[in-house]
Amino acid sequence: MPPIQSDSALTRRAALLAALMPPLFIHIPAAAEDAAPNVTVIRIENFSFTPAGLTVPPGTTVTWQNNDDIPHTVVSPQKVFRSKPLDTGDRFSFTFAEPGVYSYFCGLHPHMVGTVTVAR
Amino acid sequence: MTIDGDDGPRFDPDGIDRRGFLECMTWAGTGLLWSVAAGLPAAIGMRQALAAPAATPFTFLQISDSHVGFDKPANPDARATLREAIAKIKTLPSKPAFMIHTGDISHLSKDKEFDDADQIIGEAGIPVFYVPGEHDLIDEGTGAAYLARYGKNAKGAGWFSFDQNGIHYVGLVNVVNLKAGGLGNLGDEQLAWLKDDLAGQSASTPIVVFAHIPLWTVYPDWGWGTSDGAEALSYLRRFGSVTVLNGHIHQVMQKVEGAIAFHTARSTAFPQPAPGTAPSPGPQKVPAGELRKLLGIATVDFVRGSEPLAIIDRPLDG
Repeated sequence: MPPIQSDSALTRRAALLAALMPPLFIHIPAAAEDAAPNVTVIRIENFSFTPAGLTVPPGTTVTWQNNDDIPHTVVSPQKVFRSKPLDTGDRFSFTFAEPGVYSYFCGLHPHMVGTVTVAR
Repeated sequence: MTIDGDDGPRFDPDGIDRRGFLECMTWAGTGLLWSVAAGLPAAIGMRQALAAPAATPFTFLQISDSHVGFDKPANPDARATLREAIAKIKTLPSKPAFMIHTGDISHLSKDKEFDDADQIIGEAGIPVFYVPGEHDLIDEGTGAAYLARYGKNAKGAGWFSFDQNGIHYVGLVNVVNLKAGGLGNLGDEQLAWLKDDLAGQSASTPIVVFAHIPLWTVYPDWGWGTSDGAEALSYLRRFGSVTVLNGHIHQVMQKVEGAIAFHTARSTAFPQPAPGTAPSPGPQKVPAGELRKLLGIATVDFVRGSEPLAIIDRPLDG
């Protein structure tokens, strides 16, 4: 086991390196995906979901944010998820663990529809 | 149909008064005064209604989309404009027998919003019959709060019928169990009830049907229609006089199909754009001074005779 001092110096160096490296070159090991899941935002604007179609890897947390002056909901017809009414600025998140195609709509304005595709 | 001027409405052979229709497509108005004459509805402007000596033995009133609790830029105080609408009602030359509220009483189904709405609307001092809008059913119990407050004598999700002064009234609910990609929805249980309810009525009885979302297809891209509305309307075709009153779209729009007259009322809270004229049907922010021309109520006069129902749209300002 290396001395404490040297371990601490290593950590500092690693942190410095990570901060300087462009994100493109950061390698995220498989084990780290669970610890730091992808977060993706779907905006609710002008009575529509943007993007209406979204593909994400398993484990992704999708957050819907309502930017309209009217409340909306996010409802899965298959009852996988269902938000409370989201007033202006409110958010709703759901983490998609399993691959599949998840359609959803606004329970108040059902012409508003979207799909999240979860694929490896 | 709009009665505007001394000569009353003029109808095309298909029963549509084109001039009146176009006038009703404009924004201004606080309310709709409905008068039922000879079974068909007609709308007249608020100013005419206030001026008219009008032998109107029976009038009821429609109010809609109060959205109590709404405080966004399109109208920072929806309570204040509702108060103004109720004050307007109190100045009517003949007191309406009752009021129907075609939904979206509250903005977020909060107790405080319903409490305030009840207190303000109660100032009118006339009975009120409610049907819910989608904004009234977003409490934790998805409509339990609405039903506890307004649905004591109603069936299912809040539908009901009653008779007054020779007219049969039906309040329908088309804002529950909405399906992905769809429009407003009545559902099989309610349709079966409606069919049965109307079966006992003679074809000569004037029928007034009211619901939140338009029962006819106004603009499906914005969800302005009812997917099984045509089925409901098929039960109404045998009647000599049918008036369908809706809200939801926050603007006056009307059309006549045979003996069925459709009319939507203004909101008392905020206007929404005409179909397809904006990126979305969201609240429309208008220049200061314009808002109250676009909000309103409606009164309906019923006179048995050879004249249609007279609907008067009444803006808060104008």
